[in-house]
Amino acid sequence: MRTIRFILQKEFLQIFRNRGMLPIIFVMPFIQLIILSYAATFDVSRVPFNLQQRDHSATAQRLAEKFTSSGYFNLTGYSFSDRESQSELVARRADLVLVIPSNFERDLVTTGHAPVQLMINAEDGFSAGVIQTYANEIVGNFNRDELKLLIPGGEVEAVGEIGILSSNWYNPELKYTHYMVPGIIVILVTLIGLFLSGMNVVREREIGTIDQINVTPIKRYQFITGKLLPFWIIGLGELSVGLVIARFLFHVPMLGSYWLVYLVAGIYLLVVLGMGLLISTVTETQQQAMFIAWFFMVIFTLLSGLFTSIESMPHWAQTMTLFNPVRHFVDIMRRVMLKGSGVTEIARPLSILTAYAAVMLALAVNRYRKVSE
Amino acid sequence: MQSFIGFLQKEFYHIFRDRRTAMILFGMPLIQLLLFGFAIRNEIQDVKLGVYDQSRDTVTKEIIDKFASSGYFVLSRELQSQHEIEEAFSAGNITEALVFEPGFAERLQRDGKANVQVITDGSNPNVSRIVSGYTAAVLQDYRNSSLQRAGTEAGVVPVPLMMFNPELKSVDLFVPGLMALILMLVSALMTSISITREKENGTMEVLLVSSLRPAQIIIGKVVPYFLLSFINVVTIITVASLVFGVPCRGSILLLLLESLLYIVTALSLGIFISSITSSQQVAMMIALGGLLLPTILLSGFIFPIASMPLPLRVISNLIPARWYLIIVRSIMLKGAGFSYIWKETLVLVVMSTVLMAASIKKFKIRLQ
Repeated sequence: MRTIRFILQKEFLQIFRNRGMLPIIFVMPFIQLIILSYAATFDVSRVPFNLQQRDHSATAQRLAEKFTSSGYFNLTGYSFSDRESQSELVARRADLVLVIPSNFERDLVTTGHAPVQLMINAEDGFSAGVIQTYANEIVGNFNRDELKLLIPGGEVEAVGEIGILSSNWYNPELKYTHYMVPGIIVILVTLIGLFLSGMNVVREREIGTIDQINVTPIKRYQFITGKLLPFWIIGLGELSVGLVIARFLFHVPMLGSYWLVYLVAGIYLLVVLGMGLLISTVTETQQQAMFIAWFFMVIFTLLSGLFTSIESMPHWAQTMTLFNPVRHFVDIMRRVMLKGSGVTEIARPLSILTAYAAVMLALAVNRYRKVSE
Repeated sequence: MQSFIGFLQKEFYHIFRDRRTAMILFGMPLIQLLLFGFAIRNEIQDVKLGVYDQSRDTVTKEIIDKFASSGYFVLSRELQSQHEIEEAFSAGNITEALVFEPGFAERLQRDGKANVQVITDGSNPNVSRIVSGYTAAVLQDYRNSSLQRAGTEAGVVPVPLMMFNPELKSVDLFVPGLMALILMLVSALMTSISITREKENGTMEVLLVSSLRPAQIIIGKVVPYFLLSFINVVTIITVASLVFGVPCRGSILLLLLESLLYIVTALSLGIFISSITSSQQVAMMIALGGLLLPTILLSGFIFPIASMPLPLRVISNLIPARWYLIIVRSIMLKGAGFSYIWKETLVLVVMSTVLMAASIKKFKIRLQ
């Protein structure tokens, strides 16, 4: 016990005396949390919009006005040929070009229908779909309001309209911050935990101080405990600050219990730190350790379901994410915070994390050798 | 000049004699691009749909058939009450519920309007939004076909033309983003420790007493990594077009040159981090911890910048990946020539120059 205490003391002193490191551990994550949580939104608004109006009749004018006054679109210019329109799209000055063909009004009055073309920038297919829906809605309104005036006696709306009443349960306003904040907290805690532990032992090896420890009677488990505990405490500290920010700045609800979050976090941190120590013991230089930690960190982050949903991955990738601890913790955090899930509801991801922690720690202890090569 | 060449040589040896690191540098970006290119999508297949049909008439049946045959939805179950919807959601049996009001067909005929309620699970807004989008599309589709049947294709008919990505594939959207992300992270990481490492190992003194000037040392550190990154650029572009079939409608040479410029920006950022920090640990933490999330979130890779709040739109201007992403998407998907992207190119040039100059200025020729 005394031995462990001394290692602990050494590690803490090392962390707190490293002036360069302190702001990175204790300030940078929270700045990121506060700023970046607002970044996530898929709202499509202020769509830049270009008008190619070849018919200058009053009707065409009114249709164009419907688009400009809709609030969805922001008129950025006019074009006079398809070529020009396309070049506006390429130059990103427009995401939608409305083409009103010549003889638009005449066709409408004589035949009862007339096409207009919507040239949509579909790089982002999802936004393109939303833009199309907006445009259809505007055209639909136009048909309802204006056509009776134009075509005397013509019954225009032979087919009824289907109204869509949307509701989103559990998060009625689709607030992205509620969804992102718990996830970003997890990423930041993981980042700090994995990098601190990942660089620790290899640094001692690179600088040469590992030999000083190797010649002491410290046992393997004591060494590992002494190395892990400080980062474990720091990780929980970071989580706490993150939760405070979530509560008071972002007003993320906490429907479940804080105890449960801490219990899971305690286990989760063992996984992360165990993984870090393992990386640290199998690499030769800090650079290598860093690259490997980076490699896994990027994979864990992008495949955590935080930014794109797991449901949209192919099946093999979905299976692979079962080995991603970040995925489970993000999942648990969201469920506990937003849905108020209890232990029974999160039993499956929690047991995966527990098993993971056991394996990682066993590997880390096993791989650490007191003999230097 | 002679000493500069010697210095360059030393830097190359450093990299190539550390086999493991060299392998990591080339292997990892490739593996990541392959992995993410397949896994990161925003299409959702087989949305599990629950239907609570209070009307049970021919119209609702037709609409439900439309959903089932749309390719997006799988009819997971018929629901009988509001309560069952709740149960199905919490058990995770359905992703979306459709509720048709009683007398649907009749209302549609009589009042010209009938309502369908669409319920999604908002605790995952990503899924919720995508699924709502699909639903709107299917209903629109149904309406169009019934208009056609009625023979009164009345009024103004919008004809959409999906430019640049007609099949709306998210691969074409995400692969350029992944290129930007991976190249940024790996390049900045490489140079971020290059100077601090010498400081920490104590070999800095040797460099300082040599005849090399700060600018030479900085440039000498960047050049080898630039050549290495060049290989990464080539493999990544090759994989993007051969494996993922992302079209390159513009000039491939232009794409290559712009990518190299981006690499220089990333390497300069790394070397800047290296020149202001004192230990490898700090340098790497900044390069990794400080770049990962901002590059993912503020580059426009996943979340469109235009819809962010104003302060974030301003901050996003500082993210090099944002500019590169515009360039890559413009060249690859839109076939844009240089005249369309010169502004973005200029931003990257300015960024690289400023970062380089700042690193040279910050470089201390005395030990502390």
